Amino acid sequence: MARRKVVTGVLLAAGSLAGSVLVRRRAARKRERVDLYAEDGSMHSFAEGTPEADRLLPIAHELLPLK
Amino acid sequence: MDAAQAIADLTEISPQVKQVVVIGADGSLKGSNVADEAAAERLVAGAKHLLEAAEQLRPGVAQLEAATVTGSVFVVRDGDRTIAGTTTPEPTVGLVFYDLKTCLRSIEEPKPKPRRRAPAKKKEAADGTA
Repeated sequence: MARRKVVTGVLLAAGSLAGSVLVRRRAARKRERVDLYAEDGSMHSFAEGTPEADRLLPIAHELLPLK
Repeated sequence: MDAAQAIADLTEISPQVKQVVVIGADGSLKGSNVADEAAAERLVAGAKHLLEAAEQLRPGVAQLEAATVTGSVFVVRDGDRTIAGTTTPEPTVGLVFYDLKTCLRSIEEPKPKPRRRAPAKKKEAADGTA
């Protein structure tokens, strides 16, 4: 009986952990960002809220349809 | 291949790509799938503005993606030509960049017209045949 409770507890913990990871990933993907790729192959990513993204994202918003 | 055909091929193989404009070396619109010409010119101006602003932040930018919740704007430079496109939200970034580059490279640049040769001067007097 005790063993069954432990297994149930572990399964619940694992499930909630996996769920939170999925929710976080989805939320991260929904964040706005700007990725700049240089000629030398390097890449810089700027998430919304950074000065770089705040400068470029409004230009992109003007070009995209409103939701 | 001309720009219209290349863009049609691009949007057929990559349905997440919506509006596309091709910008020539002189900065003018060379091709587009946007029916409204004013809207196409707005996309051209916006793409140039994005590239200029990105260049000020990080010199040597070859391509960029601005991802928003309503979609993404991609701008790709190849030589002195540029292609810009809008997509649906959360596109497959690598594929879109590849398809845009392939589209741009498949568009032939208009060749400069060959200069007309000046008509050859008659050599009658010099030859002494007349």
